[in-house]
Amino acid sequence: MTARTVTIGSRDGTDIEAYLATADGAGRRGGVVVIHHMPGYDRSTKEITRRFAELGYDAICPNLYWRQAPGAEPSDAAAAVRAQGGVDDSQLLDDVAGAAAYLRSQEWNNGKVGVIGYCSGGRQSVLAACHLDLDAAVDCYGALVVGTPPPESNRPNLVTDLPSLGSPLLGLFGNEDRSPTPALVDELDQRLNDLGKPHEFHRYDGAGHGFFSPDRPSYSVSAANDGWERIEAFYGTHLS
Amino acid sequence: MCTYNTVTTELNGSAKGPSSKWFHVDHATVYYDHPVHAMAGHALNIDIADPSAGPGQRVALELTAESARALVQATEDALAAVPPEIIAAG
Repeated sequence: MTARTVTIGSRDGTDIEAYLATADGAGRRGGVVVIHHMPGYDRSTKEITRRFAELGYDAICPNLYWRQAPGAEPSDAAAAVRAQGGVDDSQLLDDVAGAAAYLRSQEWNNGKVGVIGYCSGGRQSVLAACHLDLDAAVDCYGALVVGTPPPESNRPNLVTDLPSLGSPLLGLFGNEDRSPTPALVDELDQRLNDLGKPHEFHRYDGAGHGFFSPDRPSYSVSAANDGWERIEAFYGTHLS
Repeated sequence: MCTYNTVTTELNGSAKGPSSKWFHVDHATVYYDHPVHAMAGHALNIDIADPSAGPGQRVALELTAESARALVQATEDALAAVPPEIIAAG
């Protein structure tokens, strides 16, 4: 595996920073775009990116906060971007599109690229799969995919985007989560069934929001271990 | 969950932050969401900053909801104990 920081072109023409981890050796392989969570382009997200390379993919995590806070320490960048209202959906799509194009330009890419996001990135992963050319999407406990956003939120739900979902979706959720609640996961499941969209959901008792985060009290060993196995199998099917 | 809700306010004062140096602050962001360092799923986060000096020019707090309320109360108590003419004099 090789991991390094690179500069990639976003779809809107802006150069942004990204963290790239590539598998060793020759042989065609898929790519994975990792969308970092709201706390930023941090160490734990880079660890996730490297794990995909260890699994045999080329993976990239675009720094969604590069425009507003280039070079800043990740938590400082997250705070600065939050104070400015956050990353809007159009910018997110530009950056994920640029990251996917970068992966497809790599020597060993087989033409297939998946996306994964955690927490706020879970919603953004679904959003990307509704509007970009992607081959598989993973939503890890993303809030505001369905349901009514709180009045103070400037993020719409994705109900009107879901008919455009263009790739299979893997959803991983904790049954103790308050956002999305199990009822909201049920609603998303039903909407995707009604739309005839291929999807696969796994839900974990005793796990809440953020169960994949090993550096947070929300970490759940059993849910995270099973979740990683589900991701590996899902990408093995759709990115090979 | 990511709450997305963010409350901001203007300030006028100073803070001691990066490199133990004092700096002028004019802006605060307050939100209840995932902390970076505190051992809690969610925390009341406060960033007191000088945005004009870059993202790193801030003092950050991550408090439990109970602690945040205690801080609000302590602030109110401290101000209530000061004669109004002294506060007015600045």
